[in-house]
Amino acid sequence: MNQIIAIVQEYGQAYLWSDGYRLSGLAMTLWLLLLSIAIGFVLSVPLAVARVAPNRFISGPVWLYTYVFRGTPLYIQLLIIYSGIYSLESVRAQPLLDAFFREGFNCTLLAFALNTCAYTTEVFAGMIRETPHGEIEAARAFGMSRFTLYRRIILPSALRRALPSYSNEVILMLHSTSIAFTATVPDLLKVARDVNSATYASFEAFGLAAVLYASVVFALVWLFRRCERRWLAFLQPRAH
Amino acid sequence: MLQGYGPLIASGTWMTLQLALLALAAALLLGLAGASARLSASRLLQTLAAGYTTLIRSVPDLVTMLLLFYSLQIALNHLTEWAGLAQIDIDPFVAGVVTLGIIYGAYFTETFRGAFQAVPRGQLEAAVAYGMTPWQVFRRVLFPQMMRFALPGIGNNWQVMIKATALVSIIGLSDVVKATQDAGKGSLQLFFFSLVAAAIYLAITTVSTLLLAWLGRHYAAGVRKAEL
Repeated sequence: MNQIIAIVQEYGQAYLWSDGYRLSGLAMTLWLLLLSIAIGFVLSVPLAVARVAPNRFISGPVWLYTYVFRGTPLYIQLLIIYSGIYSLESVRAQPLLDAFFREGFNCTLLAFALNTCAYTTEVFAGMIRETPHGEIEAARAFGMSRFTLYRRIILPSALRRALPSYSNEVILMLHSTSIAFTATVPDLLKVARDVNSATYASFEAFGLAAVLYASVVFALVWLFRRCERRWLAFLQPRAH
Repeated sequence: MLQGYGPLIASGTWMTLQLALLALAAALLLGLAGASARLSASRLLQTLAAGYTTLIRSVPDLVTMLLLFYSLQIALNHLTEWAGLAQIDIDPFVAGVVTLGIIYGAYFTETFRGAFQAVPRGQLEAAVAYGMTPWQVFRRVLFPQMMRFALPGIGNNWQVMIKATALVSIIGLSDVVKATQDAGKGSLQLFFFSLVAAAIYLAITTVSTLLLAWLGRHYAAGVRKAEL
Protein backbone atom coordinates (compact mmCIF):
# COMPACT_ATOMS: atom_id res chain seq x y z
CA MET A 1 0.00 0.00 0.00
CA ASN A 2 2.80 2.40 0.94
CA GLN A 3 4.46 1.56 -2.32
CA ILE A 4 1.36 2.57 -4.33
CA ILE A 5 1.20 5.91 -2.52
CA ALA A 6 4.89 6.50 -3.17
CA ILE A 7 4.50 5.66 -6.85
CA VAL A 8 1.45 7.89 -7.21
CA GLN A 9 3.28 10.75 -5.53
CA GLU A 10 6.38 10.42 -7.64
CA TYR A 11 4.98 9.29 -10.98
CA GLY A 12 1.30 10.28 -10.82
CA GLN A 13 1.77 13.17 -13.19
CA ALA A 14 3.64 11.00 -15.70
CA TYR A 15 0.86 8.40 -15.53
CA LEU A 16 -1.80 11.00 -16.21
CA TRP A 17 -0.62 13.70 -18.56
CA SER A 18 3.02 14.74 -18.66
CA ASP A 19 6.48 13.38 -17.88
CA GLY A 20 7.83 16.91 -17.41
CA TYR A 21 8.52 18.00 -20.96
CA ARG A 22 6.03 16.22 -23.22
CA LEU A 23 2.62 14.57 -23.28
CA SER A 24 2.70 11.12 -21.63
CA GLY A 25 0.67 8.43 -19.97
CA LEU A 26 -3.10 8.51 -20.10
CA ALA A 27 -3.25 11.78 -22.08
CA MET A 28 -0.96 10.34 -24.75
CA THR A 29 -3.01 7.13 -24.94
CA LEU A 30 -6.25 9.09 -25.32
CA TRP A 31 -4.73 11.44 -27.90
CA LEU A 32 -3.54 8.45 -29.95
CA LEU A 33 -6.95 6.82 -29.61
CA LEU A 34 -8.83 9.96 -30.64
CA LEU A 35 -6.64 10.65 -33.68
CA SER A 36 -6.63 7.08 -34.97
CA ILE A 37 -10.37 6.65 -34.43
CA ALA A 38 -11.10 9.96 -36.19
CA ILE A 39 -8.88 9.20 -39.19
CA GLY A 40 -10.19 5.63 -39.33
CA PHE A 41 -13.81 6.83 -39.28
CA VAL A 42 -13.38 9.46 -42.00
CA LEU A 43 -11.65 6.97 -44.31
CA SER A 44 -13.91 4.02 -43.54
CA VAL A 45 -17.20 5.59 -44.66
CA PRO A 46 -16.24 5.97 -48.35
CA LEU A 47 -14.37 2.65 -48.19
CA ALA A 48 -17.47 0.89 -46.82
CA VAL A 49 -19.52 2.32 -49.68
CA ALA A 50 -16.89 1.04 -52.12
CA ARG A 51 -16.83 -2.35 -50.32
CA VAL A 52 -20.50 -2.99 -51.11
CA ALA A 53 -20.26 -1.71 -54.70
CA PRO A 54 -21.56 -4.22 -57.26
CA ASN A 55 -18.49 -3.53 -59.41
CA ARG A 56 -15.76 -6.06 -58.56
CA PHE A 57 -12.99 -3.66 -59.57
CA ILE A 58 -14.15 -1.20 -56.90
CA SER A 59 -15.01 -3.63 -54.10
CA GLY A 60 -12.10 -6.01 -54.75
CA PRO A 61 -9.23 -3.73 -53.67
CA VAL A 62 -11.14 -2.72 -50.53
CA TRP A 63 -11.76 -6.38 -49.73
CA LEU A 64 -8.04 -7.08 -50.13
CA TYR A 65 -7.15 -4.16 -47.86
CA THR A 66 -9.48 -5.23 -45.04
CA TYR A 67 -8.50 -8.89 -45.50
CA VAL A 68 -4.79 -8.18 -45.09
CA PHE A 69 -5.15 -5.70 -42.23
CA ARG A 70 -7.63 -7.83 -40.30
CA GLY A 71 -5.67 -11.02 -40.93
CA THR A 72 -2.35 -9.83 -39.49
CA PRO A 73 -1.52 -8.63 -35.96
CA LEU A 74 -1.39 -4.89 -35.41
CA TYR A 75 2.01 -5.35 -33.74
CA ILE A 76 3.46 -6.67 -36.99
CA GLN A 77 1.87 -3.84 -38.95
CA LEU A 78 3.52 -1.42 -36.57
CA LEU A 79 6.87 -3.21 -36.92
CA ILE A 80 6.62 -3.03 -40.72
CA ILE A 81 5.78 0.67 -40.69
CA TYR A 82 8.10 1.73 -37.87
CA SER A 83 11.29 -0.31 -38.28
CA GLY A 84 10.62 -1.97 -41.65
CA ILE A 85 9.91 1.03 -43.87
CA TYR A 86 12.51 3.19 -42.19
CA SER A 87 15.18 0.55 -42.87
CA LEU A 88 14.68 1.07 -46.61
CA GLU A 89 17.40 3.19 -48.19
CA SER A 90 14.98 4.72 -50.70
CA VAL A 91 12.72 6.03 -47.92
CA ARG A 92 15.54 7.65 -45.97
CA ALA A 93 16.80 9.32 -49.17
CA GLN A 94 13.56 11.30 -49.49
CA PRO A 95 13.65 14.20 -46.98
CA LEU A 96 9.87 14.29 -46.58
CA LEU A 97 9.43 10.54 -46.05
CA ASP A 98 12.52 10.47 -43.85
CA ALA A 99 11.08 13.17 -41.59
CA PHE A 100 7.74 11.36 -41.37
CA PHE A 101 8.95 7.82 -40.67
CA ARG A 102 11.68 8.88 -38.25
CA GLU A 103 9.04 9.88 -35.69
CA GLY A 104 7.67 6.93 -33.72
CA PHE A 105 4.43 8.81 -33.13
CA ASN A 106 3.73 9.24 -36.87
CA CYS A 107 4.37 5.57 -37.59
CA THR A 108 2.19 4.48 -34.68
CA LEU A 109 -0.63 6.74 -35.76
CA LEU A 110 -0.40 5.52 -39.36
CA ALA A 111 -0.48 1.85 -38.29
CA PHE A 112 -3.37 2.41 -35.83
CA ALA A 113 -5.45 4.44 -38.29
CA LEU A 114 -5.01 1.92 -41.12
CA ASN A 115 -5.82 -0.97 -38.76
CA THR A 116 -8.94 0.46 -37.16
CA CYS A 117 -10.10 1.73 -40.57
CA ALA A 118 -10.05 -1.83 -41.91
CA TYR A 119 -12.21 -3.15 -39.05
CA THR A 120 -14.55 -0.14 -39.16
CA THR A 121 -14.97 -0.49 -42.92
CA GLU A 122 -16.20 -4.07 -42.51
CA VAL A 123 -18.57 -3.05 -39.68
CA PHE A 124 -20.10 -0.26 -41.75
CA ALA A 125 -20.21 -2.35 -44.95
CA GLY A 126 -22.07 -5.09 -43.07
CA MET A 127 -24.65 -2.60 -41.85
CA ILE A 128 -25.07 -1.03 -45.30
CA ARG A 129 -25.83 -4.50 -46.70
CA GLU A 130 -28.44 -5.02 -43.97
CA THR A 131 -30.42 -1.91 -44.93
CA PRO A 132 -34.05 -2.98 -45.47
CA HIS A 133 -34.56 -3.23 -49.24
CA GLY A 134 -37.92 -1.47 -49.00
CA GLU A 135 -36.25 1.73 -47.86
CA ILE A 136 -33.88 1.71 -50.80
CA GLU A 137 -36.62 0.93 -53.30
CA ALA A 138 -38.78 3.70 -51.89
CA ALA A 139 -35.91 6.17 -52.19
CA ARG A 140 -35.31 5.12 -55.79
CA ALA A 141 -39.03 5.52 -56.51
CA PHE A 142 -38.72 9.08 -55.23
CA GLY A 143 -36.15 9.63 -57.95
CA MET A 144 -33.14 10.05 -55.64
CA SER A 145 -29.74 9.86 -57.26
CA ARG A 146 -27.27 7.32 -55.92
CA PHE A 147 -25.44 10.04 -53.96
CA THR A 148 -28.64 11.38 -52.41
CA LEU A 149 -29.75 7.83 -51.63
CA TYR A 150 -26.58 7.20 -49.65
CA ARG A 151 -26.57 10.62 -47.99
CA ARG A 152 -30.20 10.68 -46.92
CA ILE A 153 -31.25 7.05 -46.51
CA ILE A 154 -28.52 4.44 -46.31
CA LEU A 155 -25.71 6.10 -44.36
CA PRO A 156 -27.76 7.73 -41.56
CA SER A 157 -29.48 4.44 -40.86
CA ALA A 158 -26.44 2.17 -41.33
CA LEU A 159 -24.13 4.27 -39.16
CA ARG A 160 -26.70 4.29 -36.36
CA ARG A 161 -27.21 0.55 -36.49
CA ALA A 162 -23.43 0.12 -36.50
CA LEU A 163 -23.12 1.89 -33.15
CA PRO A 164 -22.97 -1.23 -30.90
CA SER A 165 -20.30 -2.93 -33.05
CA TYR A 166 -18.49 0.36 -33.49
CA SER A 167 -18.25 0.87 -29.74
CA ASN A 168 -16.60 -2.57 -29.49
CA GLU A 169 -14.07 -1.54 -32.10
CA VAL A 170 -13.27 1.69 -30.23
CA ILE A 171 -12.67 -0.24 -27.00
CA LEU A 172 -10.48 -2.78 -28.79
CA MET A 173 -8.57 0.12 -30.31
CA LEU A 174 -7.99 1.57 -26.84
CA HIS A 175 -6.55 -1.80 -25.85
CA SER A 176 -4.41 -1.85 -28.97
CA THR A 177 -2.88 1.55 -28.20
CA SER A 178 -0.88 -0.23 -25.47
CA ILE A 179 1.63 -1.46 -28.08
CA ALA A 180 2.57 2.15 -28.93
CA PHE A 181 5.47 1.96 -26.47
CA THR A 182 7.28 -0.43 -28.83
CA ALA A 183 7.65 2.55 -31.17
CA THR A 184 8.97 4.75 -28.31
CA VAL A 185 5.67 6.64 -27.88
CA PRO A 186 5.37 7.59 -24.17
CA ASP A 187 1.89 6.17 -23.67
CA LEU A 188 0.38 4.80 -20.46
CA LEU A 189 2.08 1.41 -20.71
CA LYS A 190 5.47 3.02 -21.45
CA VAL A 191 5.19 4.98 -18.21
CA ALA A 192 4.21 1.81 -16.35
CA ARG A 193 7.20 -0.05 -17.79
CA ASP A 194 9.56 2.78 -16.86
CA VAL A 195 8.17 2.83 -13.31
CA ASN A 196 8.53 -0.96 -13.17
CA SER A 197 12.19 -0.83 -14.12
CA ALA A 198 12.84 2.08 -11.76
CA THR A 199 11.10 0.65 -8.67
CA TYR A 200 10.79 -3.14 -9.29
CA ALA A 201 7.24 -2.80 -7.94
CA SER A 202 5.76 -4.67 -10.92
CA PHE A 203 2.33 -5.34 -9.52
CA GLU A 204 1.80 -1.73 -8.43
CA ALA A 205 3.31 -0.21 -11.60
CA PHE A 206 1.27 -2.28 -14.06
CA GLY A 207 -1.74 -2.46 -11.75
CA LEU A 208 -2.03 1.32 -11.76
CA ALA A 209 -1.97 1.32 -15.57
CA ALA A 210 -4.57 -1.46 -15.63
CA VAL A 211 -6.88 0.54 -13.35
CA LEU A 212 -6.54 3.60 -15.58
CA TYR A 213 -7.22 1.60 -18.76
CA ALA A 214 -10.25 -0.03 -17.14
CA SER A 215 -11.62 3.37 -16.08
CA VAL A 216 -11.38 4.62 -19.65
CA VAL A 217 -13.19 1.50 -20.87
CA PHE A 218 -15.99 2.05 -18.36
CA ALA A 219 -16.25 5.70 -19.39
CA LEU A 220 -16.41 4.70 -23.08
CA VAL A 221 -19.08 2.08 -22.38
CA TRP A 222 -21.13 4.73 -20.56
CA LEU A 223 -20.64 7.24 -23.37
CA PHE A 224 -21.69 4.81 -26.09
CA ARG A 225 -24.71 3.74 -24.07
CA ARG A 226 -25.83 7.37 -24.02
CA CYS A 227 -25.21 7.66 -27.76
CA GLU A 228 -27.26 4.53 -28.39
CA ARG A 229 -30.09 5.84 -26.25
CA ARG A 230 -30.12 8.97 -28.37
CA TRP A 231 -29.54 7.63 -31.88
CA LEU A 232 -30.96 4.12 -31.62
CA ALA A 233 -34.11 5.09 -29.73
CA PHE A 234 -36.21 3.77 -32.63
CA LEU A 235 -34.79 0.27 -32.12
CA GLN A 236 -35.45 0.06 -28.35
CA PRO A 237 -38.08 -2.41 -27.21
CA ARG A 238 -41.17 -0.34 -26.81
CA ALA A 239 -43.05 -0.02 -23.53
CA HIS A 240 -46.80 -0.32 -23.93
CA MET B 1 14.98 -16.39 -50.65
CA LEU B 2 15.08 -16.45 -46.84
CA GLN B 3 18.90 -16.25 -46.90
CA GLY B 4 19.42 -19.20 -44.61
CA TYR B 5 16.95 -17.94 -42.00
CA GLY B 6 14.31 -20.46 -43.08
CA PRO B 7 14.84 -22.94 -40.19
CA LEU B 8 14.85 -20.12 -37.60
CA ILE B 9 11.58 -18.74 -38.92
CA ALA B 10 10.07 -22.23 -39.20
CA SER B 11 10.88 -22.99 -35.56
CA GLY B 12 9.46 -19.58 -34.58
CA THR B 13 6.25 -20.35 -36.44
CA TRP B 14 6.04 -23.75 -34.76
CA MET B 15 6.52 -22.02 -31.37
CA THR B 16 3.71 -19.57 -32.15
CA LEU B 17 1.37 -22.38 -33.22
CA GLN B 18 2.15 -24.45 -30.11
CA LEU B 19 1.58 -21.43 -27.90
CA ALA B 20 -1.70 -20.56 -29.61
CA LEU B 21 -3.06 -24.12 -29.47
CA LEU B 22 -2.08 -24.72 -25.83
CA ALA B 23 -3.46 -21.32 -24.83
CA LEU B 24 -6.65 -22.15 -26.72
CA ALA B 25 -7.01 -25.41 -24.77
CA ALA B 26 -6.44 -23.58 -21.48
CA ALA B 27 -8.85 -20.80 -22.45
CA LEU B 28 -11.55 -23.27 -23.51
CA LEU B 29 -11.31 -25.12 -20.19
CA LEU B 30 -11.33 -21.89 -18.21
CA GLY B 31 -14.21 -20.63 -20.33
CA LEU B 32 -16.30 -23.75 -19.68
CA ALA B 33 -15.55 -23.54 -15.96
CA GLY B 34 -16.26 -19.79 -15.93
CA ALA B 35 -19.56 -20.20 -17.79
CA SER B 36 -20.63 -22.97 -15.40
CA ALA B 37 -19.77 -20.66 -12.49
CA ARG B 38 -21.72 -17.76 -13.99
CA LEU B 39 -24.76 -19.98 -14.48
CA SER B 40 -24.47 -21.83 -11.17
CA ALA B 41 -26.86 -21.37 -8.29
CA SER B 42 -24.12 -20.10 -5.98
CA ARG B 43 -24.03 -16.32 -5.60
CA LEU B 44 -20.35 -16.39 -4.67
CA LEU B 45 -19.35 -18.28 -7.84
CA GLN B 46 -21.51 -15.97 -9.98
CA THR B 47 -19.88 -12.86 -8.55
CA LEU B 48 -16.37 -14.27 -8.85
CA ALA B 49 -16.89 -15.25 -12.48
CA ALA B 50 -18.52 -11.91 -13.34
CA GLY B 51 -15.65 -10.04 -11.70
CA TYR B 52 -13.09 -12.14 -13.58
CA THR B 53 -14.61 -11.51 -17.01
CA THR B 54 -15.27 -7.80 -16.40
CA LEU B 55 -11.78 -7.08 -15.09
CA ILE B 56 -9.89 -9.04 -17.73
CA ARG B 57 -11.96 -7.72 -20.61
CA SER B 58 -11.55 -4.10 -19.61
CA VAL B 59 -7.74 -4.17 -19.37
CA PRO B 60 -5.59 -4.44 -22.54
CA ASP B 61 -4.09 -7.90 -23.21
CA LEU B 62 -0.56 -6.58 -23.15
CA VAL B 63 -0.99 -4.89 -19.76
CA THR B 64 -2.48 -8.06 -18.24
CA MET B 65 0.32 -10.06 -19.82
CA LEU B 66 3.08 -7.90 -18.36
CA LEU B 67 1.29 -7.63 -15.01
CA LEU B 68 0.93 -11.40 -14.69
CA PHE B 69 4.37 -12.16 -16.11
CA TYR B 70 6.27 -9.96 -13.67
CA SER B 71 3.99 -10.43 -10.66
CA LEU B 72 3.88 -14.21 -10.97
CA GLN B 73 7.68 -14.28 -10.97
CA ILE B 74 7.88 -12.03 -7.92
CA ALA B 75 5.24 -14.04 -6.09
CA LEU B 76 7.11 -17.23 -6.94
CA ASN B 77 10.35 -15.67 -5.69
CA HIS B 78 8.69 -14.84 -2.36
CA LEU B 79 7.40 -18.39 -2.15
CA THR B 80 10.73 -20.05 -2.93
CA GLU B 81 12.53 -17.67 -0.56
CA TRP B 82 10.05 -18.47 2.18
CA ALA B 83 10.44 -22.21 1.57
CA GLY B 84 14.21 -21.83 1.40
CA LEU B 85 14.47 -23.14 -2.17
CA ALA B 86 16.55 -21.83 -5.06
CA GLN B 87 14.89 -19.25 -7.32
CA ILE B 88 12.77 -20.79 -10.06
CA ASP B 89 12.62 -18.71 -13.25
CA ILE B 90 9.29 -18.86 -15.01
CA ASP B 91 9.75 -20.07 -18.56
CA PRO B 92 8.42 -17.41 -21.01
CA PHE B 93 6.59 -20.14 -22.93
CA VAL B 94 4.71 -21.33 -19.84
CA ALA B 95 4.05 -17.71 -18.89
CA GLY B 96 2.71 -17.03 -22.37
CA VAL B 97 0.35 -20.02 -22.30
CA VAL B 98 -0.87 -19.21 -18.79
CA THR B 99 -1.44 -15.49 -19.38
CA LEU B 100 -3.09 -15.95 -22.80
CA GLY B 101 -5.21 -18.74 -21.32
CA ILE B 102 -6.33 -16.57 -18.42
CA ILE B 103 -7.08 -13.57 -20.66
CA TYR B 104 -8.99 -15.44 -23.35
CA GLY B 105 -10.69 -17.66 -20.78
CA ALA B 106 -12.64 -14.53 -19.85
CA TYR B 107 -13.78 -14.01 -23.43
CA PHE B 108 -14.69 -17.69 -23.78
CA THR B 109 -16.66 -17.54 -20.52
CA GLU B 110 -18.98 -14.96 -22.06
CA THR B 111 -19.21 -16.92 -25.32
CA PHE B 112 -20.11 -20.16 -23.56
CA ARG B 113 -22.53 -18.48 -21.18
CA GLY B 114 -24.56 -17.19 -24.12
CA ALA B 115 -24.39 -20.56 -25.86
CA PHE B 116 -25.45 -22.56 -22.78
CA GLN B 117 -28.44 -20.29 -22.35
CA ALA B 118 -29.41 -20.75 -26.00
CA VAL B 119 -30.04 -24.50 -25.57
CA PRO B 120 -33.79 -25.02 -24.90
CA ARG B 121 -34.42 -26.00 -21.27
CA GLY B 122 -37.03 -28.56 -22.23
CA GLN B 123 -34.39 -30.73 -23.89
CA LEU B 124 -32.32 -30.85 -20.69
CA GLU B 125 -35.38 -31.71 -18.65
CA ALA B 126 -36.30 -34.42 -21.15
CA ALA B 127 -32.79 -35.86 -20.88
CA VAL B 128 -33.03 -35.94 -17.09
CA ALA B 129 -36.43 -37.57 -17.40
CA TYR B 130 -34.82 -40.30 -19.50
CA GLY B 131 -32.64 -41.06 -16.51
CA MET B 132 -29.37 -39.65 -17.87
CA THR B 133 -26.69 -38.73 -15.38
CA PRO B 134 -25.61 -35.05 -15.32
CA TRP B 135 -22.45 -35.97 -17.25
CA GLN B 136 -24.49 -37.78 -19.90
CA VAL B 137 -26.83 -34.80 -20.22
CA PHE B 138 -23.82 -32.56 -20.75
CA ARG B 139 -22.09 -34.83 -23.24
CA ARG B 140 -25.08 -36.00 -25.27
CA VAL B 141 -27.52 -33.08 -25.22
CA LEU B 142 -26.04 -29.84 -23.92
CA PHE B 143 -22.53 -29.84 -25.41
CA PRO B 144 -23.26 -30.77 -29.06
CA GLN B 145 -25.99 -28.14 -29.33
CA MET B 146 -24.16 -25.53 -27.30
CA MET B 147 -21.23 -25.83 -29.71
CA ARG B 148 -23.36 -24.70 -32.63
CA PHE B 149 -24.24 -21.48 -30.83
CA ALA B 150 -20.75 -21.01 -29.45
CA LEU B 151 -18.85 -21.63 -32.67
CA PRO B 152 -19.04 -18.13 -34.20
CA GLY B 153 -17.84 -16.68 -30.88
CA ILE B 154 -15.10 -19.30 -30.54
CA GLY B 155 -13.96 -18.51 -34.06
CA ASN B 156 -13.78 -14.79 -33.38
CA ASN B 157 -11.90 -15.32 -30.12
CA TRP B 158 -9.46 -17.68 -31.79
CA GLN B 159 -8.71 -15.19 -34.57
CA VAL B 160 -8.11 -12.44 -32.00
CA MET B 161 -5.97 -14.74 -29.86
CA ILE B 162 -3.79 -15.84 -32.79
CA LYS B 163 -3.02 -12.19 -33.41
CA ALA B 164 -2.40 -11.60 -29.69
CA THR B 165 0.34 -14.27 -29.72
CA ALA B 166 2.47 -11.73 -31.63
CA LEU B 167 2.76 -9.84 -28.33
CA VAL B 168 4.52 -12.63 -26.43
CA SER B 169 7.81 -11.75 -28.12
CA ILE B 170 7.67 -8.67 -25.86
CA ILE B 171 7.97 -10.93 -22.79
CA GLY B 172 10.95 -12.68 -24.39
CA LEU B 173 9.61 -15.71 -26.22
CA SER B 174 11.35 -16.77 -29.46
CA ASP B 175 8.19 -16.83 -31.54
CA VAL B 176 7.74 -16.04 -35.21
CA VAL B 177 7.93 -12.28 -34.56
CA LYS B 178 11.25 -12.57 -32.71
CA ALA B 179 12.62 -14.94 -35.39
CA THR B 180 11.73 -12.66 -38.30
CA GLN B 181 12.99 -9.55 -36.48
CA ASP B 182 16.31 -11.30 -35.74
CA ALA B 183 16.56 -12.42 -39.36
CA GLY B 184 15.77 -8.88 -40.51
CA LYS B 185 18.41 -7.33 -38.28
CA GLY B 186 20.98 -9.96 -39.27
CA SER B 187 20.46 -9.56 -42.98
CA LEU B 188 19.71 -5.79 -42.84
CA GLN B 189 16.41 -6.51 -44.59
CA LEU B 190 14.00 -5.65 -41.83
CA PHE B 191 11.23 -4.61 -44.22
CA PHE B 192 11.28 -7.88 -46.15
CA PHE B 193 11.35 -10.10 -43.07
CA SER B 194 8.56 -8.14 -41.37
CA LEU B 195 6.47 -8.82 -44.46
CA VAL B 196 7.34 -12.51 -44.10
CA ALA B 197 5.96 -12.44 -40.54
CA ALA B 198 2.78 -10.78 -41.80
CA ALA B 199 2.43 -13.40 -44.55
CA ILE B 200 2.80 -16.25 -42.03
CA TYR B 201 0.08 -14.77 -39.81
CA LEU B 202 -2.15 -14.19 -42.83
CA ALA B 203 -1.71 -17.84 -43.81
CA ILE B 204 -2.62 -18.99 -40.28
CA THR B 205 -5.75 -16.82 -40.11
CA THR B 206 -6.82 -17.89 -43.62
CA VAL B 207 -6.50 -21.59 -42.78
CA SER B 208 -8.39 -20.94 -39.53
CA THR B 209 -11.22 -19.26 -41.42
CA LEU B 210 -11.58 -22.27 -43.74
CA LEU B 211 -11.42 -24.71 -40.82
CA LEU B 212 -14.02 -22.78 -38.84
CA ALA B 213 -16.38 -22.71 -41.82
CA TRP B 214 -16.07 -26.49 -42.05
CA LEU B 215 -16.67 -26.91 -38.29
CA GLY B 216 -19.68 -24.62 -38.56
CA ARG B 217 -21.20 -26.90 -41.22
CA HIS B 218 -20.40 -29.96 -39.07
CA TYR B 219 -22.17 -28.65 -35.96
CA ALA B 220 -25.10 -27.27 -37.96
CA ALA B 221 -25.97 -30.78 -39.22
CA GLY B 222 -29.69 -31.31 -38.94
CA VAL B 223 -30.54 -27.65 -38.51
CA ARG B 224 -33.02 -26.41 -41.07
CA LYS B 225 -32.45 -22.91 -42.33
CA ALA B 226 -35.40 -20.79 -43.39
CA GLU B 227 -35.30 -19.57 -46.98
CA LEU B 228 -35.16 -15.81 -47.08
